[in-house]
Amino acid sequence: MKNLFYIITGAVFGFTLVNSQVASWYRIQEMFLFDNFHMYGVIGTAIVSASIFLFFLKRYHPYTIDKKAFIFKKKDLNKGTVIGGVLFGLGWSITGACPGPIFSLIGNTAFIYLIVLASALLGVFVYGKTVAKSF
Amino acid sequence: MKLIIFISNTGEPMHWAAAGLFIGLVVPALLLVGNKKFGVSSTLRHLCAIAIFSKKKGFFNYDIKVHYWSLIFIAGIAIGGFIAHLYNPDSTLSVGKKTTTFLVNSNIENKGGLYPSDLYNLQNNKGLLLLDIGGFFVGFGTRYANGCTSGHSIFGIANFQLSSVIATLAFFAGGLTMTYFILPIIL
Repeated sequence: MKNLFYIITGAVFGFTLVNSQVASWYRIQEMFLFDNFHMYGVIGTAIVSASIFLFFLKRYHPYTIDKKAFIFKKKDLNKGTVIGGVLFGLGWSITGACPGPIFSLIGNTAFIYLIVLASALLGVFVYGKTVAKSF
Repeated sequence: MKLIIFISNTGEPMHWAAAGLFIGLVVPALLLVGNKKFGVSSTLRHLCAIAIFSKKKGFFNYDIKVHYWSLIFIAGIAIGGFIAHLYNPDSTLSVGKKTTTFLVNSNIENKGGLYPSDLYNLQNNKGLLLLDIGGFFVGFGTRYANGCTSGHSIFGIANFQLSSVIATLAFFAGGLTMTYFILPIIL
């Protein structure tokens, strides 16, 4: 039952990424060239609405529908946040896709993004076998 | 008067406010139903761990079962992308002035669809190399940074995490460097 919910939630997200063109290489270049408000509008609205939902959930309903308390563990800030972040940014501009859009683009029949997915998996593998060991 | 486009079936995108709200709604939905935090890039690690199941060590040695939900979630993302394709097959995106100049200078023709198909196709070795390098950076970078646009920029900032604000600034530092300084040279 929950799995069905995750599929539907994912589908709404994936549909939105494509239909709003957030998954488009062209819109990503527009964003980095500060040439269109669109991407900033989408990401900004997503952040603001998510923070409002989180605020009210934490205050009035800090547990799941089956009464399990939420666990919020903040992510650590370290050198990886900056170095990894910059590397991801470089890749985001080249491919025009962050991880979510990679999957929605493949579903959208842009099968060339299977190459991006495979390369991303290789990147994770190399990270796991190198930097992650001493990190 | 231009009406707000909720779901678009033209070359124009869905309105940013509608798109942002739909994406923002994923955050409380996942929390309420399964105590799950919104984030996509971690699924790349899970896919990797599954792919090398016989010799799992270190970074890839963990219980994958608790993460199955996220693999179902990304399957949903792909299904959503397919529904979007049925609803609105490749139309041409109209881009802004600076971007148009950027495309001309980069010898990229906007022929419709979501990405430059002249550059990124199986016959173009340069494009394939770029996709390989870019994809590698996306995978390596998101694991090193412990999140991507969804987990850091949206969930993380909405959850007031300092690391997510720094990560988002770093994403932009990388993206701006590539778009302004590197792509104009290599394209």
